[in-house]
Amino acid sequence: MTQMNFAAAINEALHQAMEIDPTVICYGLGVTDPKAVFATTANLEQRFGSDRVFDMPTSENAMTGVAIGAALNGIKSVMTHQRLDFFLLAVDQLINGAAKWHYMFGGQNSIPITIRLIIGRGWGQGPTHSQNLQAWFAHIPGLKVVMPTTPEDAKGLLLASIFDPNPVIFLEHRWLHNTIGEVPEGDTRLPLGRARIAYAGTDITIVSMSYMTIEALHAAEFLKEQGVSCEIIDLRTIKPLDWETVFVSVSKTGRLLALDSGFTTGSVAGEIVARVAIEQFSVLRCAPARLAMPDVPEPTSPALTKGFYIRAADIATRALEMMGKDASTAKSGLPEPVPHDVPGEWFRGPF
Amino acid sequence: MSTNLALKLFRNMYRIRAVEEEIARRYSEGKMRCPVHLSIGQEAVPAAFAESVRVTDFAVSTHRGHAHYLAKGGDLKSLIAEIYGKAAGCAKGKGGSMHLIDLGVNFMGTSAIVGNSIPIGVGLALSAQLKGTDQISCIFLGDGAIEEGVFYESVNFAAVRKLPALFICENNLYSVYSPLSVRHPEGRSIAKMVEAMGVQTAEGDGNDALATHQIMQNAVDKVRAGGGPHFLEFFTYRWREHCGPNFDNDIGYRTQEEFQDWQSREPIRRMERTLHQTDPAVMDEMRVEVNAEVQAVFEYAEATQFPAQSEAYQGVYA
Repeated sequence: MTQMNFAAAINEALHQAMEIDPTVICYGLGVTDPKAVFATTANLEQRFGSDRVFDMPTSENAMTGVAIGAALNGIKSVMTHQRLDFFLLAVDQLINGAAKWHYMFGGQNSIPITIRLIIGRGWGQGPTHSQNLQAWFAHIPGLKVVMPTTPEDAKGLLLASIFDPNPVIFLEHRWLHNTIGEVPEGDTRLPLGRARIAYAGTDITIVSMSYMTIEALHAAEFLKEQGVSCEIIDLRTIKPLDWETVFVSVSKTGRLLALDSGFTTGSVAGEIVARVAIEQFSVLRCAPARLAMPDVPEPTSPALTKGFYIRAADIATRALEMMGKDASTAKSGLPEPVPHDVPGEWFRGPF
Repeated sequence: MSTNLALKLFRNMYRIRAVEEEIARRYSEGKMRCPVHLSIGQEAVPAAFAESVRVTDFAVSTHRGHAHYLAKGGDLKSLIAEIYGKAAGCAKGKGGSMHLIDLGVNFMGTSAIVGNSIPIGVGLALSAQLKGTDQISCIFLGDGAIEEGVFYESVNFAAVRKLPALFICENNLYSVYSPLSVRHPEGRSIAKMVEAMGVQTAEGDGNDALATHQIMQNAVDKVRAGGGPHFLEFFTYRWREHCGPNFDNDIGYRTQEEFQDWQSREPIRRMERTLHQTDPAVMDEMRVEVNAEVQAVFEYAEATQFPAQSEAYQGVYA
């Protein structure tokens, strides 16, 4: 075990994958530049050469197709975009091509590509640098969608994504890049499609993903002081989703609060609420709930993002209400940090 | 002129025509229940392609891909079975006419989305370069795809990395029913425009199979020798409607005069004229042989099994 941050864990996974398998290549705008995509691609080109690690033209759509074509001849591409939003130029290749190729050609070949997309938040990221479109990707048959929270999971799930025979959308929340955790050494692949109990409890199940899990963990500590025992399920993989872990937990607690960093309508949280309501109606002790971002683009000004995000206080408030308890202390017990629009005071932008 | 080559080109064209005509003839029976985009009138380019590349070279194509699939050596029985939606189809009935594949001859796929397979062909070229083989990747596209952003992105990347990619544009003047005049400024040459991107180009009469072959072979050799990507533009003309088995000159998007002008330069009869000194029995024998093959394949495709209903839910993930 070594202590490292999430970005370093991503970097270690890439080094590991490229060392294990000479057919793994890594490209994307800026992967070889001095900043190396928040240091996640550092030293890859030096170690593995410019044939396998390269910068690219600003052509998101074609370069996704290039990954598909290369995959048809046994090359595993890891493509990186500094923001998810930039990748929207590539939805044709992703959805009409990569996602369907295996199915629509009768299963004769597969598209083992991994697309790393970084999600921004705060510091004026604004409408087009902050979108959490995991539900939208998860809607498409043939795609896998991965969204790690911890450095350990970032490494293990990225390795698994790279060696998965299917196209994987790998979503990294920018606010997690500097979080620190223990990361085991070696080829530590974790299975896709399996959630993690991030906090064990008995009163209420909170289903979460990516950065929302950090907020949920803050809420859980506060709720514990209020006598509420939360069970936090960190999904890790959005598709395929680990329904078994969700159902087992809800069977135990009888309460479901689904969190989502994406827009409310059509959210993953909405899907979880729907399926639990349909399949576990009889075990529910109260109506299931969800907390997701409002159906508006994220604004840019810090004045407009104040109170805009789902925070620990919102989670604690809703959980206490669902428990029939006084929720009035949650806001003061879990105040919005100042400044509110950065992952920590150390963050000075620009993105 | 090599008579041997001319005869091969004739046979390739005749076979593509015979297959497409048989699809058109039987389409109204309602047993081929998917859209079909026929290459009748456009046989010269694929016929020349067939005599220019190796089985190990890669190819990708478009919604109008039957001819390219056959030219690459794709299995005819699997093609027709696919159009009939049968389990023995080249995509097991999941793709239909617009999603053709034959991995045995490195025909890697076709796409129903204009421009969609272009970067995929470039990715195949990248893979050949990375693996150090002398394979080339051939990318069929139509004039409509020239208007897609992904075309420029793909050509640019192929030029940046000097990839073994051959772009083959069949310019048939129409994108569905929209003429070039509403899509491109007057007088602009597609080939010249692409040349300005740093790619070697050539253009030619896509209804002249021998001339097309000469241009194609020259480009294939250069790409294989490490000369970087090449772009070829061939002018040709689709006879039938954009999608489907019928003639559609009556609906008013093109004139009867234009159609007749192109028919007068029809590639198969042209080749027959070129081969006038050859014993007609040689070509007759080819016709009989091809016709028998085509009839047998359609009978096979009609008789072979549909996939099980449960197959619809299989194979989403590898």
